[in-house]
Amino acid sequence: MHNFDFVKPATLADALAALKSDGAQALSGGQTLIASMKQRLAAPATLVSLTGIPELKGVCIGEGGLHVGAATPHAEVAREAAKHYPALAALAGGIGDPQVRNRGTIGGSIANNDPSACYPAGVLASGATIVTNRRRIAADDYFQGLFTTALHEGEIVTSVVFPIPQKAAYVKFDQPASRFALTGVFVAKTADGVRVAVTGAGGDGVFRWTEAEAALSANFAASAIAGLTVSPDGMIHDLHGTPAYRAHLVKVLTGHAVQAAA
Amino acid sequence: MPKDGGIGASVKRREDVRFLTGKGRYTDDINIRGQLYAFFLRSDVAHGRLKSVDTAAASDMPGVVRIFTAADFAGVGGIPCGWQVTDRFGKVMQEPKHPVLADGKVRHVGDPIAMVVAETLDQARDAAEAIRVEIEELPPVLNMKDALKPDAPKVHDELTSNLCYDWGFVEENREAVAKAFEGAAHHITLDLVNNRLVANPMEPRVAVGDYEDHSGMHTLYTTSQNPHVIRLLMGAFVLGIPESKLRVVAPDVGGGFGSKIYHYAEEAAVTFAAKQVKRPVKWTASRSEAFISDAQGRDHLTRIELALDKDHNFLALRTETHANMGAYLSTFAPSIPTWLHGTLMAGNYKTPLVYVNVKAVFTNTVPVDAYRGAGRPEATYQLERIIDKAARELGVDPVELRRKNFIQPDQFPYQTPVAVVYDTGNYQATMDKLLELSDHAGFAARAEESKKRGRLRGFGIAHYIEACGIAPSNLVGQLGARAGLYESATVRVNATGSITIFTGSHSHGQGHETTFAQVVAEMIGIDASQVEIVHGDTSNSPMGMGTYGSRSLAVGGSAMVKATNKIINKAKKIASHLLEASEQDIEFKDGKFTVAGTDRSKTWVDITLAAYVPHNYPLESLEPGLEETAFYDPSNFTYPAGAYGCELEIDPDTGKVTILAFTAADDFGNVVNPMIVEGQVHGGLAQGIGQAMLENCVFDENGQLLSGSFMDYAMPRADDLPFFKVDHSCITPCTHNPLGVKGCGEAGAIGSPPAVVNAVIDALQRGGYSHIDHIDMPVSPARVWAAMHQR
Repeated sequence: MHNFDFVKPATLADALAALKSDGAQALSGGQTLIASMKQRLAAPATLVSLTGIPELKGVCIGEGGLHVGAATPHAEVAREAAKHYPALAALAGGIGDPQVRNRGTIGGSIANNDPSACYPAGVLASGATIVTNRRRIAADDYFQGLFTTALHEGEIVTSVVFPIPQKAAYVKFDQPASRFALTGVFVAKTADGVRVAVTGAGGDGVFRWTEAEAALSANFAASAIAGLTVSPDGMIHDLHGTPAYRAHLVKVLTGHAVQAAA
Repeated sequence: MPKDGGIGASVKRREDVRFLTGKGRYTDDINIRGQLYAFFLRSDVAHGRLKSVDTAAASDMPGVVRIFTAADFAGVGGIPCGWQVTDRFGKVMQEPKHPVLADGKVRHVGDPIAMVVAETLDQARDAAEAIRVEIEELPPVLNMKDALKPDAPKVHDELTSNLCYDWGFVEENREAVAKAFEGAAHHITLDLVNNRLVANPMEPRVAVGDYEDHSGMHTLYTTSQNPHVIRLLMGAFVLGIPESKLRVVAPDVGGGFGSKIYHYAEEAAVTFAAKQVKRPVKWTASRSEAFISDAQGRDHLTRIELALDKDHNFLALRTETHANMGAYLSTFAPSIPTWLHGTLMAGNYKTPLVYVNVKAVFTNTVPVDAYRGAGRPEATYQLERIIDKAARELGVDPVELRRKNFIQPDQFPYQTPVAVVYDTGNYQATMDKLLELSDHAGFAARAEESKKRGRLRGFGIAHYIEACGIAPSNLVGQLGARAGLYESATVRVNATGSITIFTGSHSHGQGHETTFAQVVAEMIGIDASQVEIVHGDTSNSPMGMGTYGSRSLAVGGSAMVKATNKIINKAKKIASHLLEASEQDIEFKDGKFTVAGTDRSKTWVDITLAAYVPHNYPLESLEPGLEETAFYDPSNFTYPAGAYGCELEIDPDTGKVTILAFTAADDFGNVVNPMIVEGQVHGGLAQGIGQAMLENCVFDENGQLLSGSFMDYAMPRADDLPFFKVDHSCITPCTHNPLGVKGCGEAGAIGSPPAVVNAVIDALQRGGYSHIDHIDMPVSPARVWAAMHQR
């Protein structure tokens, strides 16, 4: 790790001011950034911690659904969201291990947009809104590819607003080493229909399986997707699974998620 | 009533108090005044010509004391190999040079190019980034079979090819085996991969070099399983330091699993540098560095063939294995696929003819050497997989096929066709025990129940044998070992009766401090708290060969028993003097010396005091003091054996395998501490199941390590494993060592991989996937699913 300066502002305004300096980098839970810095793959001049800002933290019901502050650690979401949005709470409670869950945050996860992370599936399937210091971004517009989002330079996520679905579930199939999602599927049923978001499988990161959404909107049962197939084209190929295997898992896990939600 | 002390008691491990309270003293805890830090700049390409290493700019960086490159080591030797294998044509193996730092070429990702020594680790690392290295990349040699093609690029230019040796065993049987196959009623063939593993002990390697200018004394603190061996190899072959001027200390060591047996370049580099810069030099590996610099394990490609007669008696066994050596020969690498592998190919069976062919191959990968089991897991895996395959093809019960071909209890000692003689064993008994403990009879009903839930249930069996306590020095010398394989112990009785034992065995998790004390406490009849075990420092213990191959109790423990018997003999002489009785009339029991048939006696402390305060003492015929050293050289290997059973379920939707039950019925001979034995088996099973289901070390087509961190290298975790059922009540004591012990450290890792894979194939076949007769390890969900959908 190279030397760096560290600031921990107490307000969003101070944080945004600090982020204007050359080589400044926002730090939330640090579950990816700190590891990269230790490997000297990242060397920011200044780390601006977002975890000491009360307005970025906490879980509450508000306008539009469940509001989760960007700097809220997974463990807190698992605990506090359980009675409002159990599927989201379960997703948060299944990330990493206790250490990761008590440091890692939702804002950090979706700003990084790792193709195998769990939160992007929950955010996209819920049709959540990503609130930043500048604007509100619909989940459908937010995730733009591997480690790529709609965020601009100097823009940080402040909260995520989740409409609460009627029924929902997230099913993750663990990559055996990292226990990230080898493939994970989040299914959410609302009055407007069903949304199915897939993480861990797509070469461009999280995506919606629209055919399944249509079928499940008509009939919310695992049998509704029995006739569908998922193309392996564009799926991730790595040590732990081929595109064909991941495509297969998308369908299997979608079925499991529907069963779990129903 | 279970004993609460002595041999056979499950005494809690005394060393755990310090390990579990953070009081252990590991090598990285050693910090010497004035210490500098070393950082190794390593090759990021697998194969290339080293055109230049420019350290000029880096040398001027803050805190840099000195940067070492290959040129600095021109006057010293290379890293030696400790075993020379002779091939099937009578020629000695090809043995490449192994420079301390890469010289002229880099040969694997991780090959060290330069060592920066600086005031702080960060400064050393910063300077390493400023070293300008020019490498002309060469095509990497990765696939073993391609490596042997005539036009293949060579890992070592000075060798004639990438073939280290082409070994045949028993070469004289080659023709007879071929003939047996020609006439056989059944001929079963199986191709399999024994996957490469990264040892990953909890503690990465560390080395601290220190040099005392006024005395010329070198000290190396290192994470080693055998400090004396490091002293010998590094002193004599690399740096030219006499043993009297070199002390090697291996303090608490956090696991080894084989990877800390070997002499590594970093040890020589810091020892050398400490003298050059006249300050202590410390190097601590990062986990990432461990992945590309610790010797790795396994990596065999094998075709195995089994010939059976019409009644299903095994007639002959033939194998052809390609064994990956990696880029250099690690200390004992050549012996693993040969003498620790070929000699075990008879297994527990009466197969009269065996021929094993092994081609050891150099590739541009991290060197490969012994890893928990070392050659024996590879042998067992092949054998137990092909027997299962044979049972399936012949339509017979895999248990019965094994039983029919077992060496029977009345056939011991048994001369195998692969040189070794098994002294004792009872394989029917361990098989019986396994079937009983695992409720094999109830399996069919459980499988039915699984089926109702849409799961495929399978039961897999493996029976292993291993050769432990390696072994007569004169024999291993004939086989190419460049070292002896005895063990030593000094038993120092102190004046007031307590005992300090210096052992050449090294404990890095095995619990010697507890077990060894139990043995001596029982022999003398004192409390174990009066016995202290000292190990790991060449300055205070006699020349020892260290710990690996499940040898500590069988060989090191025997040396200790031998030395303790010498103590008892001398103590009796002292007692006979004090009691004015003839030595033959002195009885020694429970720490008391008694004149037979009388009530006249002396206590242990009376004798030890007399030995050191010899006022009333037979000085004309007996030396004062009470301290004895013994070296024990075993007359044979020991042969632990056991039956393992794995019961599992497969989710056909995902291919995921879940182990439901795992049972181990081992014959370890006599057992000193059943709790520690059980723990050793648990650890071995976790590693064997890890190999079977999770672990895989993979390089890409450029020789880059794909599984270079725990994000991609899957270590077994507690929730990957079932609760184990472990039994060691089947006992045939070893016939040739004083404790009748065989060794238990590796068994779990040897017997479990074939049991798991056999169970996976069983589940799939029962589930109707009759086209699947093999899946290579690790049997990951993706591989199981792919096999199910490949028709």
